[in-house]
Amino acid sequence: MATLAAEKQAGQTAPEAVVVRFAGDSGDGMQLTGGQFTLSTALAGNDLATFPDFPAEIRAPQGTLFGVSAFQINFGSTAIETAGDAPDVLVAMNTAALKVNLPALKPGGLVIADSGEFTKRNLDKAKYDTNPLEDGSLAKWDLLAFDISALTLEAVKPFGLGNKEALRCKNMWTLGLALWMFDRPREPLHQWLKQKFAKAPELAEANIAALNAGHAYGETAEISGPLKQVHIDPAETEPGLYRTVTGAEAISLGLVAGAQLANLPMFFGGYPITPASAILHHLARLKEFGVTTFQAEDEIAAICAAIGASYAGQLGITSSSGPGIALKGEAMGLAIMTELPLVIVNSQRGGPSTGLPTKTEQSDLYQAVYGRNGDAPMPVIATRSPADAFECAIEACRIAVQYMTPVMLLTDGYIANAAEPWKVPDPASYAPFPVKFLTEKNDGENLLPYKRDAKGARPWIKPGTPGLMHRIGGIEKQEGTGNLDYSPENHQAMTDARKAKVDGIANDIPAQDVCLGEEGGKLALVGWGSTFGPIHQAVRRARRKGLDVSHIHVRHIWPLPANLGDLLKSYDKVIVPEMNTGQFKTVLRDQFLVDARPLNKTSGQPFQIAEIEAAIEQALAE
Amino acid sequence: MNELTRIETTLKDWESDQEVRWCPGCGDYAILKAVQRTLPQIGADPANTVFVSGIGCSSRFPYYMESYGFHTIHGRAPAFATGIKLANPELDIWLVTGDGDGMSIGGNHTMHLLRRNLDCQIMLFNNEIYGLTKGQYSPTSRQGTNSPSSPLGSVDRPLSPCAFALGSGARFVARGFDVSKKLPEVLIAAHAHKGAAFVEIFQNCIVYNKDRFDDFAVPKGADDTQLWCEDGQPLLFAGGTKGISLDEPNCTLKIVDVVDGDWEAAHVAVHNTKNRGLAHMLIDLRITPQFADFPMALGVIYDDPRPTFEQSVIEQNAKAAEGKDANLAKLLGKGQTWTVEG
Repeated sequence: MATLAAEKQAGQTAPEAVVVRFAGDSGDGMQLTGGQFTLSTALAGNDLATFPDFPAEIRAPQGTLFGVSAFQINFGSTAIETAGDAPDVLVAMNTAALKVNLPALKPGGLVIADSGEFTKRNLDKAKYDTNPLEDGSLAKWDLLAFDISALTLEAVKPFGLGNKEALRCKNMWTLGLALWMFDRPREPLHQWLKQKFAKAPELAEANIAALNAGHAYGETAEISGPLKQVHIDPAETEPGLYRTVTGAEAISLGLVAGAQLANLPMFFGGYPITPASAILHHLARLKEFGVTTFQAEDEIAAICAAIGASYAGQLGITSSSGPGIALKGEAMGLAIMTELPLVIVNSQRGGPSTGLPTKTEQSDLYQAVYGRNGDAPMPVIATRSPADAFECAIEACRIAVQYMTPVMLLTDGYIANAAEPWKVPDPASYAPFPVKFLTEKNDGENLLPYKRDAKGARPWIKPGTPGLMHRIGGIEKQEGTGNLDYSPENHQAMTDARKAKVDGIANDIPAQDVCLGEEGGKLALVGWGSTFGPIHQAVRRARRKGLDVSHIHVRHIWPLPANLGDLLKSYDKVIVPEMNTGQFKTVLRDQFLVDARPLNKTSGQPFQIAEIEAAIEQALAE
Repeated sequence: MNELTRIETTLKDWESDQEVRWCPGCGDYAILKAVQRTLPQIGADPANTVFVSGIGCSSRFPYYMESYGFHTIHGRAPAFATGIKLANPELDIWLVTGDGDGMSIGGNHTMHLLRRNLDCQIMLFNNEIYGLTKGQYSPTSRQGTNSPSSPLGSVDRPLSPCAFALGSGARFVARGFDVSKKLPEVLIAAHAHKGAAFVEIFQNCIVYNKDRFDDFAVPKGADDTQLWCEDGQPLLFAGGTKGISLDEPNCTLKIVDVVDGDWEAAHVAVHNTKNRGLAHMLIDLRITPQFADFPMALGVIYDDPRPTFEQSVIEQNAKAAEGKDANLAKLLGKGQTWTVEG
């Protein structure tokens, strides 16, 4: 990938892609700045991927190293699938932000720093002995240090804000500079600020003034020094209507679409937890789509209420992150036992226990596939990106209602918060799967609540239906009647039936494809979830070098696609990169007896392309 | 309760074909019959009635009722009931729980269901013991209870389910006991209350906590030990010769003698089911040591309806949806978009 730093070294002027990281104090509004820069990038027609990286503390003490919040964006004129390994440009709004983020910056990259923040006190807090802006320690990078704080105060002076409020406009000043750097129009931001501060027009004006001042500063500073304006051409994309979407948004929209395709009202039971709450927030604003959201007293009540709603004939959905999913385990078993539809969304984060609430990981795969008491088979689907989350949420709803089973949808903190351009889908292009409730006895004069159809699913019977009164529960049930039955042969038969039903889904999902490369060869990289971007780019780069490597990305984690075993066996080597200690690798080995090798990372950060590329080269050199 | 058409049924119509599996002589049998006797009286529709339970002896109840039934997991019945009722507010929901299920593992859910005021009837069978797990002491067991898990006597202080309910914001609190002939009356009142109706039913576990409530629940001496509370009526017991009066200087209740039936002269208090303060005092009688000599307050102790949870949710949902176009294609394309030309 040609990047700004690399291009500059080569003396060229038009890079294909640029990685910019905005970093500051958690109160500096970096996520907002990043979000708006993302939008302007999308409007400019570039492809992009983002990585918001923020601390677990809401307002960490000012100026501390652990209070640094960052937002990275990779954008370009070619297909972008990751947020980029290393930034070309680092915008450091304070001393701690420079200290924390500098190691990631590419050699030759550009540092833009607010020198006004590099006071003795802040240097101490960031554990600098001398001022890095002055001691020559930044020599291998280009440095552009100026007093953004003072420039902002100057720009917003006419609006009579207090010092604190005035300094809050710093992020808009910086955004203005960034807009100038990448040749972007300011008008959409002006509109947005006017809307955001509709109730306080003076704040809107002050922010606009700061934005304009930042932009003007760029124009002036270009004359001398390292600051240059760069234009990135629009990426070649499929024609159509686009918007940006985060994973949490896409999942919420996909669930709404899924409920509509099933022709059911949706009941969403949730409990606040990072990074899953965003789904509850989105759905709480979509009541007109037949959505009821219920903020329960705890994670257990959230899933139990959702199961209750499913029992009563709505599409029950619950969502959480690892610790909350652990609490929901017993209720998932009940949904499996009573055979009621349910979608459980798990926005994974670093674990175990409270772990890293705001950082990403893929370490709940065992929990999803195996994490319940008894033989409790449950379908598991994993989404690979924000845009893919929409499709996966629909697929989860389909399987849940067609197979009368809970389904777990795995996403993670990275996908939940990251944004990417999304070609707005046409809801009419999805095949509906309307639910048909049982309304009369299904065995002559008798009702058999556990009579199975061709898929192995039992009928869905709503309480309130005349003549179909029956009882269900978590105790083992007799085949057909659903009455209590502890007999050995019945438990064997029912255990087998539950397993066969879920296993059978393998025949009702698409065959596993190879998303880049060929069927068969020297090496396959097999991924799942949010590692899609770095794996895909690493495989693409390796293939450009002529290496025989292919990328397989698995959506259906359980049951696995029927052809996956044969596909994996068609390669000499299989590597499974994942952000855990090798969980999917173990499942693949168990299911197919293949020599899948792990490539693991559990730092709370996504894989870098280079890390995976190195693993490919090493595997093929062996 | 629901304002639906009355359906004519008999006790038999409410008996399922499942064999009842409680221990012979268990108080649960009497409660089952009382409920099956109550439902025809209120004109309930079996197809519209759902019994939801957790885990424990009491929670087997739904299997024996010819209605819809959901035997869920330990302590969580209130959460299931909430989902069911929000999904279909027309359903008439009876929640069956016990002292372990509802006050220990599920205490949190009971509290929040009462706080939210979900329309349903909660029958808490209090036998002061864990029966199904073979006799361990429960959160309502009296201090010093000998059990397999407390061979030297339990040291925990018990909680009072009715005090818990009032403290959680319940708008209906009543008491009865398994073999009481008045239990159906209490259940009818609970059903008539729109909102969460909490009924504590003292229940004799003849295997692990036999005759625990004999000090007030046996016919012999019942006049002296039972105080049946009735709205608008004086709080009399002992055949009308004694009454409950307000001990004003001490801000508490006292027992007074009633001579020749002149309860007014004796300053006997008149029960008012909307008086929350009085309810707090009544539920303490006979249970709190300082009131050990008082009769047990039974019947409807508190009944003061408020808007229900599901009603508020439905109204808010409807209001939020008002005038909005539920067009998915439009929703997907919302916000700042751009078009890539072909």
